[in-house]
Amino acid sequence: MKIVVCVNHVPDTEARIKIGADGKGIDKSGITYILNPYDEIAVEQGLRLKEKFGGEVIAISLGGESNKETLRKTLAMGADKAILLKDESDRDSFSVAKALSDNLKEINSDIILFGKQSIDFDNSQLPGLVAEMLNLPSVSVVVKLEIENNQVVCEREIEGGHEKVESRLPVVLSVQKGLCEPRYPSLKGIMAAKTKLIEEKPVISNSKKVEIVSLRLPASKGTGKIVGTEPTAAKELVRLLHEEAKII
Amino acid sequence: MKILAFAEQREGKFKKTAFEVTKAAREIAEKLNAELVTLVVGSGIEQMSAELGGFGATRVVVVDDPRLMYYSTTAYTKIVAEVAKKENVSVIFFPASQLGKDLAPRVSVKLDAGVAADCVSLKVENGEIVAARPIFAGKVISEVKILSDFKIFTLRPNVFTAGSSNGSRANVEKVSVELDKADFAAKAVETKVAVSRPDVTEASIIVSGGRGMKAPENFKLIEGLADVLGAGVGASRAVVDSNWRPHDEQVGQTGKTVAPNLYIACGISGAIQHLAGMSSSKCIVAINKDKDAPIFQVADYGIVADAIETLPLLTQEIKDLLSK
Ligand SMILES: Cc1cc2nc3c(=O)[nH]c(=O)nc-3n(C[C@H](O)[C@H](O)[C@H](O)COP(=O)(O)OP(=O)(O)OC[C@H]3O[C@@H](n4cnc5c(N)ncnc54)[C@H](O)[C@@H]3O)c2cc1C
Ligand SMILES: Nc1ncnc2c1ncn2[C@@H]1O[C@H](COP(=O)(O)O)[C@@H](O)[C@H]1O
Repeated sequence: MKIVVCVNHVPDTEARIKIGADGKGIDKSGITYILNPYDEIAVEQGLRLKEKFGGEVIAISLGGESNKETLRKTLAMGADKAILLKDESDRDSFSVAKALSDNLKEINSDIILFGKQSIDFDNSQLPGLVAEMLNLPSVSVVVKLEIENNQVVCEREIEGGHEKVESRLPVVLSVQKGLCEPRYPSLKGIMAAKTKLIEEKPVISNSKKVEIVSLRLPASKGTGKIVGTEPTAAKELVRLLHEEAKII
Repeated sequence: MKILAFAEQREGKFKKTAFEVTKAAREIAEKLNAELVTLVVGSGIEQMSAELGGFGATRVVVVDDPRLMYYSTTAYTKIVAEVAKKENVSVIFFPASQLGKDLAPRVSVKLDAGVAADCVSLKVENGEIVAARPIFAGKVISEVKILSDFKIFTLRPNVFTAGSSNGSRANVEKVSVELDKADFAAKAVETKVAVSRPDVTEASIIVSGGRGMKAPENFKLIEGLADVLGAGVGASRAVVDSNWRPHDEQVGQTGKTVAPNLYIACGISGAIQHLAGMSSSKCIVAINKDKDAPIFQVADYGIVADAIETLPLLTQEIKDLLSK
């Protein structure tokens, strides 16, 4: 089974985000970058499929030189091959998807795994875009996966529950927390990853369809009211929620 | 100019977002002097669709087919794209629900459209729609504009208010889109929805618990309060990782993003990843033993006390109030 995992390199969840001088981008100084947490689950799922069905796991990422750190981590976890689509420019989802799918066309994989969302721009768009560009079926926010005789049976998260979805292979899947627990890279894996080559490919076209006009910080709330320091303050709290906030 | 609003239904019932999206699309249509058409897709949905008139729809197009009883990414993509082309619209509004987020990017490729995803506000500036969308889990708000001729927006549930129906009925027109087996390459075959409590992404009130609840069995206090309020139950990652609660309750940067009218955080410290998912709630209540817990920095009302002792009193007070 040929498995491709698309991975993104994003600011750590702890990062305090500052807006850059131009007001349209973020100030990248002092930020630690990580493998997007959902993509880590996708890598794990890819490795498990390989362990079950044989084949190879290829990790692919579009971005600058520093995305190699993230690709290196996927190799340390056990991916066989890593590809960097090298591009430092600002892109929107559509243009990232275009570049990815142009490359994925040549790989001819059985399954393409994504995280459900990048935790930087929170778009949740690439899996659907790439699937449509490649004319493949897709299932998003997958929390359970079984593959048998070329038939894929998943459960995806919907509001208040799950939806059982069937698809054929090849398929594009985007994964959600709960599907599986990502492994820690072993020391051996980390050492091996250091010597593996990351293939670099240039990306040329960039035609954006969405433009950022400006960034701003959300309006901060004034500090709230401490209603009391005893459990019995519950009574006053309910009065305030009813009479002042008028919520209940 | 013509705008399409996608009204989501599941198993023959409109989702709240159907009304939110219709209403928001109507407001934008008015500002742009555009025509509005609303689309409903499903099985056995023709009858109910006139109801959208109460939220600003005048003309509703329905694609009603027994094979559309459950969601199919591939079939829905074809339907929406074909209706959009036939109707000659240039803007589509979807809900940013699990269905809308799945569908919008696929449709956008068929129409060569840019997508502004998960918008929390919309305005019209010099005849153009400018959308605000939270990024970095709400740590920053980004204002975006779509450059392509065809534009798609998905609207975050619970943020755009639908209000109540004004009782009007819309004209409903049935249209058919030809579908064959290949259009159902990916298809839902069953849904499993727990009917007991609303999902955190849809609930207008959420009662949420963290490690300060001390033990999984103490979550019955959280559930008790939630049930009195008709609320959803949320959780911090710490308790989800400890298997006290299912992961679909996790609120935060790697959980769900929520925007209820009221969020009650019990025994939750307020780590940055948790705040990222809930800080845009309209009113936040925190119950925490530690007066320096960061959750108090975003809370509108706080009680510095033991949550396990406070919750039964709070539940009783609310019961008393609601029975008045
Ligand atoms: C990559 C990454 C992603 C993450 N994503 C998320 C996410 O999506 N969502 C999320 O929630 N977290 C997330 N986290 C974890 C986050 O950093 C915190 O560890 C977590 O939110 C803490 O949960 P907590 O507040 O329940 O527990 P704690 O931090 O242990 O806080 C417990 C709180 O309860 C209080 N308390 C104790 N006893 C009582 C009592 N009897 N009554 C009242 N109060 C009491 C304490 O004062 C304390 O404030 C993420 C972390 C990482 C690294
Ligand atoms: N630059 C990128 N290179 C490769 N994969 C990416 C990139 N950006 C996002 N992805 C993948 O697409 C998923 C969804 O991202 P997004 O649509 O940006 O929220 C992520 O979880 C990754 O799997």
